[in-house]
Formats: sequence, structure tokens, C-alpha cells
Amino acid sequence: MPRIYIDNMPFEVKAGKNLLEVCLSLGIDLPYFCWHPAMGSIGACRQCAVKVYKDAEDTKGRIMMSCMESVKDDLRISVCDPGAKAFRAQVIEWLMTNHPHDCPVCDEGGSCHLQDVTVMTGHDYRRYEFKKRTYTNQYLGPLINHEMNRCIQCYRCVRFYRDYAGGKDLNVFSAHNHVYFGREKDGVLQSPFSGNLAEVCPTGVFTDKTLKEHYTRKWDLTNAPAICQHCSLGCNIIAGERYGQLRSIVNRYNSEVNGYFLCDKGRFGYEFVNSENRITQTLIRHRAAEAVDEQTLMNHLPHILTGHTVIGIGSPRASIESNYALMELAGKECFYQGLPDNQVFLEQKIADILSAGTIHTPSLKEIEQADAVLVLGEDIWNTAPIMALAVRQSVMRTAAAHVQEQVPVPGWHDAALKELAQESKGFLANMSILSSPLDEIAAVQVHGTPDDMARLGFQIAHLLNNTLPAVDNAADTLLHNATMISQQLLLARHPVIITGTSSGSEALIRAAYDIAAALQNEERHPGLAFVLPDCNSMGLAMTGASSFEKALAIVQKNPDVTAVILENDLYRNIPADLVDTFFSKCRQVVVLDTLHNRTTEKADVLIPVATFAEGDGTFINNEGRAQRSYQVFMSPDKVLKEAFKWLFEMKVIRRAISNGHDVHPDEMLAGLERAYPQFKGIADVVPSHAFRIHGSRIPRESQRYSGRTAMQANKAVSEPKPLQDDDSPLSFTMEGYRGMPPAPLIPYFWAPGWNSGQAVNKYQQETGGALKGGDPGIRLFRETGAIPAYFQDIPDAFSPRQGKWFLLPQYQLFGSGELSIYTKGIAALSPEPRAILSARDAASLNMATGDLLSVQTDNRTYQFPLETRDDLQDGIVILTAGLKGMDALSWGTWVNLFK
Amino acid sequence: MISHLRTMWLVFLHLFHKRETIQYPEEKVAMRPRWRGRIVLTKDPDGGERCVGCYLCAAACPVDCIALQAAEDENGRRYPEFFRINFSRCIFCGYCEEACPTYAIQLTPDFEMAEYRRQDLVYEKEDLLIDSQGKYPGYNFYKMAGLSAGVKEKGKGENEEAPVDIKSLLP
Amino acid sequence: MTVMQHIWIVLGVLFVFLNIAAGLIWVERRLLAMWQDRLGPNRAGPLGLMIVLADTLKLFFKEDWIPPFADKWVFIFAPAIVVASVLMSFVIIPFAPGILVADLNVGLLFFLAMSSLGVYSIVLGGWASNNKYSLLGALRGASQMIAYEVFMGLSLMGVVMLSRSFNLAEIVAAQEKVWFVFLQPVGFVIFFIAGLAETHRLPFDIPESESELIAGFHAEYSGMKFGMFFIGEYLGITLISAMTVTLFFGGWLGPAFLPPVVWFFLKTFVFIGLFILLRASLPRPRYDQLLEYGWKLLLPLVLVNLLVTGAIALWMKH
Repeated sequence: MPRIYIDNMPFEVKAGKNLLEVCLSLGIDLPYFCWHPAMGSIGACRQCAVKVYKDAEDTKGRIMMSCMESVKDDLRISVCDPGAKAFRAQVIEWLMTNHPHDCPVCDEGGSCHLQDVTVMTGHDYRRYEFKKRTYTNQYLGPLINHEMNRCIQCYRCVRFYRDYAGGKDLNVFSAHNHVYFGREKDGVLQSPFSGNLAEVCPTGVFTDKTLKEHYTRKWDLTNAPAICQHCSLGCNIIAGERYGQLRSIVNRYNSEVNGYFLCDKGRFGYEFVNSENRITQTLIRHRAAEAVDEQTLMNHLPHILTGHTVIGIGSPRASIESNYALMELAGKECFYQGLPDNQVFLEQKIADILSAGTIHTPSLKEIEQADAVLVLGEDIWNTAPIMALAVRQSVMRTAAAHVQEQVPVPGWHDAALKELAQESKGFLANMSILSSPLDEIAAVQVHGTPDDMARLGFQIAHLLNNTLPAVDNAADTLLHNATMISQQLLLARHPVIITGTSSGSEALIRAAYDIAAALQNEERHPGLAFVLPDCNSMGLAMTGASSFEKALAIVQKNPDVTAVILENDLYRNIPADLVDTFFSKCRQVVVLDTLHNRTTEKADVLIPVATFAEGDGTFINNEGRAQRSYQVFMSPDKVLKEAFKWLFEMKVIRRAISNGHDVHPDEMLAGLERAYPQFKGIADVVPSHAFRIHGSRIPRESQRYSGRTAMQANKAVSEPKPLQDDDSPLSFTMEGYRGMPPAPLIPYFWAPGWNSGQAVNKYQQETGGALKGGDPGIRLFRETGAIPAYFQDIPDAFSPRQGKWFLLPQYQLFGSGELSIYTKGIAALSPEPRAILSARDAASLNMATGDLLSVQTDNRTYQFPLETRDDLQDGIVILTAGLKGMDALSWGTWVNLFK
Repeated sequence: MISHLRTMWLVFLHLFHKRETIQYPEEKVAMRPRWRGRIVLTKDPDGGERCVGCYLCAAACPVDCIALQAAEDENGRRYPEFFRINFSRCIFCGYCEEACPTYAIQLTPDFEMAEYRRQDLVYEKEDLLIDSQGKYPGYNFYKMAGLSAGVKEKGKGENEEAPVDIKSLLP
Repeated sequence: MTVMQHIWIVLGVLFVFLNIAAGLIWVERRLLAMWQDRLGPNRAGPLGLMIVLADTLKLFFKEDWIPPFADKWVFIFAPAIVVASVLMSFVIIPFAPGILVADLNVGLLFFLAMSSLGVYSIVLGGWASNNKYSLLGALRGASQMIAYEVFMGLSLMGVVMLSRSFNLAEIVAAQEKVWFVFLQPVGFVIFFIAGLAETHRLPFDIPESESELIAGFHAEYSGMKFGMFFIGEYLGITLISAMTVTLFFGGWLGPAFLPPVVWFFLKTFVFIGLFILLRASLPRPRYDQLLEYGWKLLLPLVLVNLLVTGAIALWMKH
């Protein structure tokens, strides 16, 4: 380890870092703008100047940009040198000459890196007397606000948007002191990662438009560490509340999972918590007054729970605690997944593969570090966007790594690496049904049916390990692609294979496994990542419960069944006919959910439950990482409890066991671990609810939380008693421990002098590294080192049928989410439902884009506007899936089409 | 000891000094304009609400007795959707006025605001907003700020150049 | 004297002194105000005199709250002790020839005994409150009492030597020619200082000192129980003033144009005024200063005084 001297103090530092990273890692406050730990240095802003000395005798030194200097042994620098300080103060003064007098009306104010740095360098008085430059703004869509006057030209936005996230439509225009960051013309930002601009921009040029609707300063939010609910990746988020409403989501750094960035669905898709459509009262249907209080409900429940068969229908979007509580209520045998057979089968297969532990499943960080990626039939751009971002990083970093092999350029030297790498890319093979934005950076793009992609996969496996069978009747392109991909994979040290459930094909999962298994040897450590549909799909799959169809069979046999449905809109996943039959056969239906939907309409007893923001819960992501999402705020509605609390009370009623105490999530997880060994270790996911630091809780509110004695004064002038949190070590007040909390309990990133999210530097072991004390979350799957067994069951090639079309889903980032659609901006960006056919098929039906196509499936006929695509194989019809109000369809079946 | 006795003697002599007490309410106090009394929200010279809902007063308040919610009108002008001061908690320290970047919140020389019910000491925006500029006439924040919120267009504010023509490369 | 006369005297003394104690509420506030160039209470009734009534009523109607963590019975009894012990002391004070409750031949010792009982109320009140500030106050009270009790007794021994009696009426009578204050100036000063400490009045209000112990031993008291401590303190002031007058300023003695009892009360009020003036003018010493002052300065001083008085008395005898 090199030893460097900073202001004559010796420090042992890590080689290969730049001085800025080193200073920040050591806790030295050094201002910066253009550098970003995830994007490296370009030395554009001139803000991080330090004095560098030749040797111990050199007293003069020279000013250098710390972000552009590598660590060298015996290097002497000074941060506090008056010359360096004056230089930094001068730079900020220049930057501020054109900065508008906007802070009071700027959404960034209070969490603004520019404010922090201005204060840090000591610039406090404007000496420049001339006029300020102004710009006109652009409309950038419903999610991001643009206020160009505030720009300080650090280039972070375009570096993130274009270089990091691969966006095309944001760019820098004009020249000299007129440079302009925006789009060519007004319009919606196309990248699904555009929300990160709000965090990447050091000032208020790009801000969160959904926050603007109910603007709250960072210091006024009640924050909690939460887990994103919108896909299976389990990104860590900080959710903030004010006045009983969820107000904003920002990224919560976790080096293993989402790092510094979130997708727009995760960042903006929180409005469902504040929706008008929330269930806020317990209802007992078929009564004169359906809304009842909790006591009436508790008196009513024994009639429907005792003396009848109770079956539980679990949910992939409910926490594992809630699912477990339902298992306990109904009994393990009477617990079903609420998903169709096929889906349960696929997810079970994935859970089995991962729990066998023969092949490593990579975290998102490991995907970023992969040197070859094969995406096998999963549209990760739409179903797991942050994984797509990670794949992009893998491609870019691999290219940079190739450059570094030839030219000794440090990894943080972004501009130099980009210059050297030019258009070269790391290896990515992207296979999907339709073309995807990932295709641009993919060396190989394949579009086809799931079975054909699986066959290609098996062929690759065969080429990697010739004891495996070859695909028969293989087309030339297939053989060519397989050869090319297998050669590239063989060159890699850490290849990653990604597949998922969205195309509904089990063959893809088998093929992906065979490829990964064939790649595995002493030198090569492949990763096998799966994408699942929902935030706790993996948790539910790990329970091993059976599908909805099995539950239906029980109901059809037994007329005396009370079904308890947990946070699951069955109509979204299962064809409406089956669900209708199910409800008609059930004697009583108890539904616990957060939002009114078609399933809750059928409930005889409807119980409101807390969303992730109002309750605690543990979610298991696609790699089997259990992560706790903490309650952000306590709903004023006392009935809005976590589902597992309701279910526990119901269990007490059903089993007629009396014990008066409430349950904590900790106890639920301990029980889960005892009852189901596959969840071993999950109880240690976070510190226990009794955890305290010096006897203090960790406050959810900042020290500067305002309005405590006035917020509710319109209702009653006496302040209510502070809310008590019995389930976690966090408090709902601003009182408590102010130091560094354990990583799973960080409610927001803040450090003295660092009010913006950049304060995360202070929470990391080193910049861009793990959080102090290790990143939160526990991986439940452990590698066993067992020898993988190949599946080898190669499907037949897809062949179109006359007059029938193979039905496949297309998931949309904006629109397919059950919950995210409640955000106005996301609903506005959600596409209209449509059917996609290949141009030839459309011609054969005598139809063109825009015509209404009738699709007959599940005994019903649906009509969709038609879109024709050239990149689609013949014989397939693709329908947008998961849009609000749409029936679930039997994906992967043959349907009839009419004009 | 001597100094103690001297103190006692001097204090004793105060028996014959003039009383300082003002017999309020029969006698009224002469109030100075900078007296820190009842808090008001003022308007700018053009009659618009000065408050832009920046939350700085609430943050500065040591007893946390100010609560507000910022909202935005169709021009993008920020205003408080509600603005509430719980005067039963207020200590009239004037930090809110000091923090206010737009001269909106001001303390006035009026302290006669006692109520029989504590609830009546909770003032909403309707109770606080006055139709005057208060102590600081002539200031309109939106003419100084960079953003355009229906008060002036971009580049028309004080000390602003016309917006940059990004299609031009001329210096 | 008949039994009825005795009863009338007892009732009369009770009536007069309880009223004086209550009236002191007004007197103290008005005087403090005067010395601070204010007016003081002047709203309720003529000259604001009804503040006494208003204050008493207020105390009666305040919530009589006993903290759940307190030692209930001790908590209730503590304030009663202070009032009872002070009132007991008034038993031996001769207000005028023939107007006294009990003509004890050990009157002075009885006074010393009773006044030292007063500390029990502080200690028990502080202990029973179960509050750290109260306990600290009680501890301070106890050590202050022990310190000052010692030389309070010793300071009076000069008077006893001169009058050759413990009976207060005889002590007053012995001042027919010259008040003992002129013969025992040191004894007077020390007795007065000890009296201040005994009543824990400012500047010696160490046991309650609001600014450090938030009212000390009676921090937890409210309503009439607090009122008892309050009245006890005023009674204590009156008692020490009355004792000072009796022992050093010739009691009821005075020119004949006023009846003796009036002389007695006039003199007493002067000392009450002095008590209040002390409060208005002197700051509170530190706790350790107070004890040091007591043990290291006043105790030797009082012993020297006793020695000199004794020597002179012996010399005079020969």
C-alpha cells in the first residue's frame, strides 16, 4: 500500500485510486463537481484543486486537480494550503457569477451539492456586478423538470445520460460560455434512467417533477430505508414522508445491489401509497353498513375462520413475513401462490437451481464486473432495468479493461479510457423476442421465439461441453451465432448468463443453466442471474407452495372453504374465468390488500393493509438476497397495519390461542427460519427491534425537521404524543443517535457540511465501496460446490401454425407495474395496449398498423390496435402485458386472430 | 462584608426612586417598528404573495411552530398552500424573519393577541396575510430570481442578460 | 390565668401569626418591587392587598398532586412538620407582659429544639419526592442546618450568661436598662445570620435554589402542600424576627406612649423588612462557601465571643 502525506500527515492508501477518492475516503472534505464515483474523473470543473509537492523539501508545490492525479508512494500533497484554498474559492466564485438567485424556489435547495461546496469553500459574497446569463428551459416530460439557468457546466448529466446509461436524447449544445444541456427540442426524456439526473446534477437543473407536486425539503422528510417494490431486483431506496403522504424516493446506496442509481419506475412509482384508491377501512360486505370498525371485524372473523377449511393465497409482492403469517394461519398444505401453474413451475425451477448452489448467482455489482454477458430471452430493459444498466456497465468496463491492458491508464480516468476505447465494447449477446435498446451495445442480437432462443442456448452449451447433445436440425444462423457466442464466453473469466420468467419458457431456464454449468471450471466463474416478476417472487417461490390451479381444485371439491387472499390481484395473473369460478365456489373470501382492485371487489371481508411505506417487511430479491424495508411513517388510520399483523391476529382467533402481545417482524422471521430451513439465516437480516446505540434509537427525521408544533395544530393545538415504533430500532422523531448507524438502518445520507446525497461518501468504507459495516441484506442461497447436473432437454424448433398464433407478453417499464401506474407521470408514459405482429403475418391477415385486431383466448375475445414489426418472427402475436384493467391471458398458448 | 452592607443600603435607597412600571392597559406602551410581535405575511409591490414556500422560516424556527406546504400555480410561481403558525408555541425570536429570503414573513409591533382558548392562537394563512409590504417596501423576489414564474420572462429580470441563443456560435 | 384565657391566647397567637405569614406574601412582593423600582401587586383590591386572598385561594384550588413515584405518606407529612415546628416555637415568645402561651423556664432551649426539628420537613420532603434534585436539596438542607444550628445555640449563650436565665420573659426583663444588642453585638449578628440559614431564606436558600436545583426539596410539591412550605417559610421569618427582638432588642420594651405589644410587633416588622431587603440585595453564595463560612469563620467567632463574654461576666462578678 502506498503511503502518502496529506498536509504532512502520513496515510496508508489504496493503490490505483486518485487523490480525490483518497481524500474523501479518509474523511477529508474536498469539494468537487464533475467527478462521480460511478463515472470517474474528467477534470472539468477545476474544483478539487490541491497542492502537490515534489518531495519533502519542496515548499512551493504546484496546484493540481486531485481527481486527475494517481496515488503514488511518498506523494506529498496539501489540501489546506492557502494557495489551493484560494484557487478553489476562485473557481466557485466564477461558477456562481451566473448562478441565479433561485435557492428559495429551487427544489434542490437543502440537498444541493452546489450549496454545500459553496459553503465549504467559503464563498459567501457576490463581487461580480455584471449581468447574469440566462437560458430558456425545455419540457422534459412528466418526471423531470428543467431549469437551465442553474447550470454550472459540470457535464455530469450528459456523462451519466449518454455515457453511463446509454441515452441518446440529452446532449450538450452550443459553445463557449453558452453551452446548453438539454434535448434537441422539447420532449419526454427517453431513457428509463432519466430520474437519476436529479441526483447526478449537483444543482437544480434537473429535479424530480413528482416531488414538485407536493414539494418538501430534504430536512423535513421522515425517511426510512426501504426496498423498491416494482421489480425483483430489490433496489435499496430511501422513502420520505411528510404530512402523511409519501413524498419522494431517492437512491439508497448499496454497493452490491443498485449502487448509485435507480430506474424511473422505482424512483417515481411511489404515488400508489398516496392514491385515492387506497383501502382505508375494514369492510364486511352484504351488510347495511359495510365499513366497520376493528372490533366488529374481530367479532365477525371467528364465524368465517373457525369450523371451516381455510386456504391462504399468498402474494409475490407481499413481504415474506406476511406470506409466512398466512402460511401459519392456513397451514402449510393450504397455502397457495396465487399464480398460474406455469409461472409457479418456472419460479420453482429457479428456486431449485439456486438452492442447489451449484452455480453462483451474481449480484448486480458482479454483473457490472462481468467480462461477457449473455442475456437469454429476457427483456431486462423492461423487466429489470437496473440490471440492464449493470449489463451496460459490464460492456463498457470490459472495453476499458482491454484498453488498460495495452495502455496504463487508471480505471477512474474516464475521458482517457473513452478516448482510447472509442467504439469498442465488451461482449454482450442479447437474445429477446423483440428488439431491445440493449441491442445497440450487443455484439450479437438474436430475436426469436423462446424455444428457438433456448435451442441456441443448448447449442452454445454443446459447443462449450461436447458431451452435451447438439441441437438437431439447426439453422445456419443458429450454428453461426452459437459458435460466436461460445467462443466469446470461453475467453471470459467471469461470464454472466441472464434469463428470466417473462417469456414463460422453462426451456430457457434449462438452457441458461446448462451454459453456465458448462462454463464452470477452475479458472472461469460464471454467474447465472434470473429475473423474476415481483419484489418478493423469489421469497414466495422458496416457500415451495403450489399454484392457484391447485387451490381452485380444492375449492371445487370442498364447498366449505374460506379463502384468505393476501395482497394479490388474482385477475392480473390468472385468466378471469378461472378467478370468477374460484370466487363463486368459495364460501367466504377474505382479502387483505392496499389498493382497491378487481379481486378486492369480490371480497366478503376486506381488510386494509400497509404498503411498504407504512409497514415493515422483508423482501427476497432475484439473487435470493433478503432485505428489510422499514416503515417510513405511521398512517393516521390505525387499521392500516402490516398484513402479517392482521394475519397473526386471525391465527390467534382461528387457533383459539390467546396471547395478547403484538408480533414483530423479527419474531416472524425467526419463526420462518424454524419452520422452513430454506430460509436459514434470514432472521439476521437486520439488527433486532431492540437494537439501540447508547440506549438511543436511530431517528427517521433530520435534526432540522420543522413544524413539529404546528403541523397538526389545525386539528388540535396540543401536540400528540410522539409515535412509538415497536418493530424497529428507528424512531419517528428527530431524537436519537446522530452518529453513523449500521448500514441496514441508514434512514438518509447526511453528514455535517454535506446536505446533498453526496454525503454517501461519508458512509462508505471507501468511495464507491461498501457501506461501513458491510452492505445490508443477506444472501439466502449458498454455494455448495456440488457438481452441476445438466438438464439437456432440447425443445423442438418453433414452427408457425396455420391460422393460429403463439401468444407472448410484452412487459413495459412504464405501464406494466401494478402499483407504479398510480403515478400520474408514469401513467402518462404508459403505452396504449397493442398487439404486435410481424409485417408478413399482418399482411396475411390483410391488416396494417393501427387496425383493430381481435384476439381470441381463454374463451374471450379482446381487441387491440395492431402494430407491425420487422424484427418479429412469423407466427407470434405479442400483446402488452400487465397494463391496468387488462385481463391476464394464457401466455404461451396458441390463439386465434381476426380482423 | 462592607460591600454587602453597601449593596443593601443602595438597594434600600431604591425605595425612594421613581417607579418604572407602565400601568398597562390604562397606559399604553410606545412600540418601536422593529418590535418583534405578531407575525404577518406581506405582499410584494405588485400585490402578489411574497411567500414562496421555501421552508426556511420553518427550519429556522427554534420551537418548530411554523408549518407550511409549498404549491405552484400554473405559471410556476411558488406560494404556500397553507401556512400555519402556532402562536401558543411562538417565542417571537424573529429568526423566521431573518431567514426569509423574500421579506415575506415579518414581525410587527403588536403583542395584544391573547386568547381565552389556546386553539385560537393557531393562525392560518388567512390570518397572517396582510395587504401591505410591511417594513421592506419595493422588493419583489421574482424579479431577482432566475426562473420565470409569470412575473417576468427569462432575461427580463434585474441584472439579467437576454436568454442565450443556443443555435449561435458567436461569442 | 384561666383556661379560657389560655385558649384565647393560643387562638390569638395562631390567628395573628398565620395572618402575618399570609400577609407577608403581599409585603414581600411589594417591598421587592419597591426595591426594584416597580410597583408590585396592585390590581387585586385596595393596594393589591387582596393578592393574599387570591394567592391562598389559588393554592387551595390547585391540583393536589402526589407523584406516583413518591413515598406517599412521608410526602404528605413533610410539609406539616415545618409549620408545626415553627408554630410550636411561638409558644415561648412573650409578646407583652402576660401575653404568652407557655412561660417555660427553658424557653430558649425549647426554641432551639423546635427550630432544629424544622429540618426534618426538608429532609423528609426531599427524600419522599424521589427526585434527584429534591434529594440534593434535602442533603444541602440537612448539612446547612447542622452547621448553623451549632453556632446559633452558641451565639445565644452570651445572652443567657448576661440574663442568667433561659426564660424568655426574664431575658426581656433583663434588658430593661440596655438592649443586649449593645452588649452582644457579635452574638446578634451571628444569630441573625444563623436565623437566615435556619429559615433558608435568600441569600441562604441553598436547599431550594431555583437556578440550580429547580426548587430543590419542594420541586415535586404543588397545591396546599407547597403552600405549607411557603407558609412555613414566612412563619420562620416571623419567628426569627420575633426571637431577635426578644433576645436582643428588648422585646416589648419601649417608651410608654405605645402599648408593649405594639412595640414588639413594630420591632418584629423592621426585622422582617430586613429579611426581605437581604433577599433583594444579596446574591446566593455557593454551597461550599456557605459551609466553609459557617464552620471556619462563624463557629470560631462565636466561640471567641462566648469566651470573651464569659470572661467579662466573671470579671464583673468579682
